[in-house]
Amino acid sequence: MNETLVQINNISKIYPTGEGGFLALNKLSLDITDGEFMGIVGPSGSGKTTLLNIIGTLDEQTSGEVLVLGKHVNKLSSKESASLRANKIGFIFQTYNLLPVYTVYENVELPLLLLQMKKEERRKAVMQALEWVGLTDKMHSRPNQLSGGQGQRVSIARAMVKTPRLVIADEPTANLDTENSINILDTMLKINQDIGTTFIFSTHDPKVIQYLKRVVTLIDGEKVKDDYQTGI
Amino acid sequence: MLLFILKGLLRDRSRSFFPIIIVSAGVLVTVFLSAFMSGYMDSMVRQNARFDTGHLKIVTNAYAEKLSQKPFDLGFIDIGDDFEQWKTDFPGIRWTPRIYFGALLDVPDELGNTMTQGDVFGMAIDIKDETAVRDIHLKEALIRGRLPRKADEILLSEDVFAKLDLKLNSTVTLLGSSIYGSMSLHNFTVSGTVRFGVEAIDRGGIVADIYDIRAFLDMPNGASEYFGFLPTGVYDDVQVQTIKKQFNAKYNTADEFAPVMLALTDQNNLGYLLQYMSLTLGMVSFVFIIIISIVLWNAGLMNSIRRYGEFGLRLAMGERKHHLYNWLIVESLSIGIVGSIIGAGLGVIVISYFHVKGFNFGAFTKDTSMMIENVVYTDLNAKHILLGMIPGLLSTIFGAMLAGIGIFHRKTSELFKELET
Ligand SMILES: Nc1ncnc2c1ncn2[C@@H]1O[C@H](COP(=O)(O)OP(=O)(O)O)[C@@H](O)[C@H]1O
Ligand SMILES: [Mg+2]
Repeated sequence: MNETLVQINNISKIYPTGEGGFLALNKLSLDITDGEFMGIVGPSGSGKTTLLNIIGTLDEQTSGEVLVLGKHVNKLSSKESASLRANKIGFIFQTYNLLPVYTVYENVELPLLLLQMKKEERRKAVMQALEWVGLTDKMHSRPNQLSGGQGQRVSIARAMVKTPRLVIADEPTANLDTENSINILDTMLKINQDIGTTFIFSTHDPKVIQYLKRVVTLIDGEKVKDDYQTGI
Repeated sequence: MLLFILKGLLRDRSRSFFPIIIVSAGVLVTVFLSAFMSGYMDSMVRQNARFDTGHLKIVTNAYAEKLSQKPFDLGFIDIGDDFEQWKTDFPGIRWTPRIYFGALLDVPDELGNTMTQGDVFGMAIDIKDETAVRDIHLKEALIRGRLPRKADEILLSEDVFAKLDLKLNSTVTLLGSSIYGSMSLHNFTVSGTVRFGVEAIDRGGIVADIYDIRAFLDMPNGASEYFGFLPTGVYDDVQVQTIKKQFNAKYNTADEFAPVMLALTDQNNLGYLLQYMSLTLGMVSFVFIIIISIVLWNAGLMNSIRRYGEFGLRLAMGERKHHLYNWLIVESLSIGIVGSIIGAGLGVIVISYFHVKGFNFGAFTKDTSMMIENVVYTDLNAKHILLGMIPGLLSTIFGAMLAGIGIFHRKTSELFKELET
């Protein structure tokens, strides 16, 4: 059996608001195993992004414990959590967040610059990542010269370039049409199968849900279902 | 990483082009103002030194008390030996005697009766001394005729000459009172006319040889003022103050007619004026730092808001906040350096041009008694360039720091949300 990559024990998240705070996650527990291709599903406002931000060490839970790669995330120093993100976690966003002034190549290269990798190694890794998403021929283009589907594929390449253990994708298909959604899901699934990267999605898109091998359903910050699917 | 950051900066015109223009403009203006004001002050100092104050001057205690009235009757009657002593005490200083006096100019007709009369203000210098002549640019000021060569020749200001309807070589009579208060009369031949561009002298002035005027005023080897000029020819307040202290300690006593030394800055409010001007310059450059910072901060702030997405992304990729912040400052500093260099380059061109061409203030100085040359040249000196670059560099760093506070004040997850919406 694969090791547990993410371990969530009874966490709650309360956002401070005017009166008393808003309970965004309510006593939630969840384990995610290395190599999974799973999703957090639920209506808008159900706490999906909140949960992903906590797993991604961008935010902290109010109570309970979260271990990512065996580390208690709320006990990490900012340096340690930055290092964890830099090395082990890739992010994909609904809006691709490509930097408009940089080329496709440079956008994908950025995470490696932060890791202070040597130029030759960077080049190899960037070309590999662009190959995974099939955009080698677009590497000199600027983001505004790409279609939506191509843009999101660049952001997958950017998340994958450092070959992280875990990729967190928050509603990655929300801005894409069916054809492009399926295209990028195929790409991610292939990466998952080929090199075993763990993917955690948040979505309420049925096209995405049918790809997932495991679906955790959230409603009002509570886990209401945790299903393993077979199919496709 | 530096290359990567600079690449992005260059490609984003709103982050590079516009701020660089602002910074260069600010630097250019500061460089120019600094060079211009310095040129203006130098001109004022030079003009005052030549006509009115010397770099330093020696007068009597009594004269010093009524300095602005120039009461020659309180001057030195005969100074021969003392003067020789001063010369040996302070070698290198160039001394030159002057007498300023008021008199009545009387133009007689063929029969010797008064035809016209006018009040004149006289300046007597040692006309046989080439340097003394050069001090007041007498040759350049000459409009008609020639400098006095023989005894009892004088120069009239062109205005007086025209007003009294005189001819060259006419005989005029000066009517005044001697140093002892008795009436004195002396005939002179008009050898030429002058215009200095200094209103106070041009309006009713005469220039005469001090040897003739000593006779006229009955002060055989005297002078009302002894001007001293530093060997370099350039005013240096520190040096002058030292000399002044030494001189006054040695020679100044309580006696009414004891000699006292005055520095240029002790006269005509010049000390105050010079201080005031450098203070103004300091304030101008400070105001520039503030204005440019605010403009850049706004540019930076707008950019930062626009760039919160980028910052959130970079934090998510594992970059640390202080690292991000440092790069923001590196970016601004690059803008500041480039802008400052461009501004300073333009500044050099502009101040070099006006260093040669000058500003003609003739039209403005006409009706004032300000001692300022008609043409003011900007001072060409590296210090103005450096002074101008200070606001350029400080303001960009300052602007970036203000903008960067926004990063620290937001939680990572919040910066992050800015990119979701
Ligand atoms: N910073 C915040 N402060 C207060 N409330 C928040 C904050 N962020 C999210 N929320 C609230 O928490 C709930 C869950 O938000 P989110 O995790 O973004 O949901 P989802 O991603 O499922 O749409 C929402 O009701 C949202 O309004
Ligand atoms: Mg969400």
